[in-house]
Amino acid sequence: MVLATMLESGVSLEFYIILSTILFTIGVLGVLIRRNAIIILMCVELMLNAVNLLMAAFSTYHGTGDAQVFVFFIMVVAAAEATVGLSILVLLYRNRKTVDVGMFNKLKG
Amino acid sequence: MSTIEIVALVLGACTIASGLMVVLSMHPVRSVLYLILTFFLISANYILLNAQFLAIVNIVVYAGAIMVLFLFVLMLLNLSRDNEPRASSVMKLAASLAAGVLVIVLVAALKDATFLPAAEAAQGNNQGLVENLGQLLFTKYVLPFEVSSVLFIAAMVGAVLLSKKEKQIID
Repeated sequence: MVLATMLESGVSLEFYIILSTILFTIGVLGVLIRRNAIIILMCVELMLNAVNLLMAAFSTYHGTGDAQVFVFFIMVVAAAEATVGLSILVLLYRNRKTVDVGMFNKLKG
Repeated sequence: MSTIEIVALVLGACTIASGLMVVLSMHPVRSVLYLILTFFLISANYILLNAQFLAIVNIVVYAGAIMVLFLFVLMLLNLSRDNEPRASSVMKLAASLAAGVLVIVLVAALKDATFLPAAEAAQGNNQGLVENLGQLLFTKYVLPFEVSSVLFIAAMVGAVLLSKKEKQIID
C-alpha cells in the first residue's frame, strides 16, 4: 500500500467519529440558519457525506468492504434526492419567483 | 505524533473549515464552490482511510455530477448576494446554539462508547480497491444494486416530469 492504513498509523477511530460528527452538525447548522432552499439542499448533501466518511472509517477499522458498498448506496440516494429536489425547486421558483423557504407558506394553517 | 497523524489532523481541520464556509458565505455560488472543496477534502480523507475507489467515485459523482447540477440551477435562477434571503439574527443565534448543543451531546454520548476489537485482518487491508468492492457489489449486494437502478429510473422520470413546462401545478 502506498499510504499506511488508519490502524498502522495510529490515527484513531475516535478522530474520524468526531470529525464526521462536526461535519454533520455543520450540515444541521446550515439547514437551520440559511433561508435559501438550494443551500439547504447542499447542507443535506454535507450531512450525507459526513455519514459516508464515518462508514468508510468503520469499514477500514473492521477490515471489511461492506460499509463501503453501503456508501455507494447512500451516494445513489443522494444523487436521486438532488435531482428531484432541484427540479422541485426550479418549479417553485417559476411559480413564486423566490427560493426563500420562508415564502413557501401556502399550506400553513 | 507521526507524520500521518499530523496530515490527518490538518486535513480534518481543513474539511471542517471549508464546511463552515459553505454555511457562512453569503453568496450562493461561493457556497457551492466551498462545497466542492469540501468534497475534495473528504475524498482526501477517504484516501487516508485506504478507500481509494470510494475517493474517486466521490469526486466523480459529487464534485463532478451533483455539484454541476447545483451550479446549473443557481445560474438558471440568477441569484445574487442582493436577493439572498437572510434569517433574522435571533434565528441565527438560536440555530447556532442548537447546533452547538447537538455537537456537545453527540460527542458526550460517543465519548464512553466502546468499540468491538478490530479484526486481525484489518491490518494492511485493501478492501477499498475496486476489485474487492466489485466482488462484494455483484455477489452479496447484487439485489440492492439492481433495486438502486430502479430508484435512479424513478428519480430521472420524476425530474423530467417535474420540469416539463406544461401547466401550473402550484398556484
